[in-house]
Amino acid sequence: MKKDRVEIKIFGSGCMRCEKLADECREVAQELNVAVSIEKVTDQDEIINEGVLFTPGLMINGKLMSSGKIPVKNTLKNWVQNAAK
Amino acid sequence: MEKKKEFKILAYLTAFFLFAYFMPVEREGFMDAVYEALYLVKWYAREHVLLCLIPAFFIAGVIAVFISQGAVIKYFGAKATKWKSYLVASVSGIVLAVCSCTILPLFSGIHKRGAGLGPAIAFLYSGPAINILAIILTARVLGFEIGMARIIGAVIFAIVIGLLMALIFRKEEKARAEEALKFPEEHGGRPLWKTSLHFFILVFILIFANWGHPEVAEGAWYWLWNNKWVITSVFGVLFAFSLIYVIRLNRWYVMGSAVAVALATVFFPDTPVIPFTTGFVTLSIITGITPGEPREWLLSTWEFTKQIVPLLFAGVLVAGFLLGSPESNGQGIIPNEWVAALVGGNSLFANFFASIFGAFMYFATLTEVPIIQGLLGSGMGKGPALALLLAGPAISLPNMLVIHSVIGTKKTTVFILLVVVMATFSGLVYGKFF
Repeated sequence: MKKDRVEIKIFGSGCMRCEKLADECREVAQELNVAVSIEKVTDQDEIINEGVLFTPGLMINGKLMSSGKIPVKNTLKNWVQNAAK
Repeated sequence: MEKKKEFKILAYLTAFFLFAYFMPVEREGFMDAVYEALYLVKWYAREHVLLCLIPAFFIAGVIAVFISQGAVIKYFGAKATKWKSYLVASVSGIVLAVCSCTILPLFSGIHKRGAGLGPAIAFLYSGPAINILAIILTARVLGFEIGMARIIGAVIFAIVIGLLMALIFRKEEKARAEEALKFPEEHGGRPLWKTSLHFFILVFILIFANWGHPEVAEGAWYWLWNNKWVITSVFGVLFAFSLIYVIRLNRWYVMGSAVAVALATVFFPDTPVIPFTTGFVTLSIITGITPGEPREWLLSTWEFTKQIVPLLFAGVLVAGFLLGSPESNGQGIIPNEWVAALVGGNSLFANFFASIFGAFMYFATLTEVPIIQGLLGSGMGKGPALALLLAGPAISLPNMLVIHSVIGTKKTTVFILLVVVMATFSGLVYGKFF
């Protein structure tokens, strides 16, 4: 199934590391030339509902990929690329 | 988006310009303070980086990669036994993330769906207060006693404050969401004792390499100091075995690294720092070229380093400039009399002031250490120093605002009050005995 864009959700209360993760996602998307939508989730209840216990959390197309850290850029690239297929 | 970025740069440039424009270079004491700042930076670079900070970052890396965070979290579920949750909450700061904003969702999770307010508060306090890097640097720079007092104080604080909060708000705590806390899936892996073994070998290397010269030249402590490099080497050999059998590095890689360290020892028998550093350089190389967990270990070690070192040295520079460096008995830009008047001795006021100051001030990870070192050199009492350590890193103004949005004004106020009062009291007691 091919979607028109990759949905990325970033969970975090707005601290520096969450901002950085959002920036990296944007960069990676640009480099890969993939259309993405980036949504920031800041509500604590919603964050917990999705099962994220440590911020920043990263969800791609509804699947939780990482939490509590900023993934290495190459890993991030792979994830976005796979999700775009 | 772009506009915001440009304005940010403008703001930085303006701030720098104003600073340069009004810089009191001519004022008496200004250049002395600059000298103090540089001196303190040099002292940190010489005394603490190779033997202390680098191993400490590798230890933090072990924790981040090899210890499953899920293992800790399961003690906070709604069905978990109360005393176990308190116990785990109060010590889990050691194995969890360094930054206080990272753990906030877990805090609100424990509070609403899990074990309730008490353990959540205990966890909220201990998370930032007893991270392993901070304890190591405190013991190394400020002295062993205050390092111990900090870790014991933080654990007791976490439990007592958690219990008191649960007691004070027991009526409001009845209602709780039905839904239980979701836990991330466990990805099996090696048994805990193996990870712990690896972890403790590294910790012992750190401890013995940094063993301080005791004041009297006899007894067990002196013997340990005299033989500290022999003991460190023994743990080094154990570490090599643990790299092969626990981390499963290629044994030839590890042997190559061991040979390099042995050669460095033969060529520089009088400067143990060289073989020690060789060990960590080769460790970085062999973990870096082994894909999977070993490389992840190196990368997360590097993450910690990148995140903490610039802030720490900026903190050292500022502390040296403002307060002078205790090592050279010099004066910073703030006169020693002011410091002594506010937080000197062990009066109730000094301890209270230190607690309040610590509670509101934001300390970037580890920067509380050079700041308190500077304050101690300028005449701060030991009691107020402990009060500042116990109230400082655990809460700060930005952190209060976020907690406030999760648990409301009343609970936040009581939490802060408890921290400040207990920190003041602990400072008074500690100052009496040491």
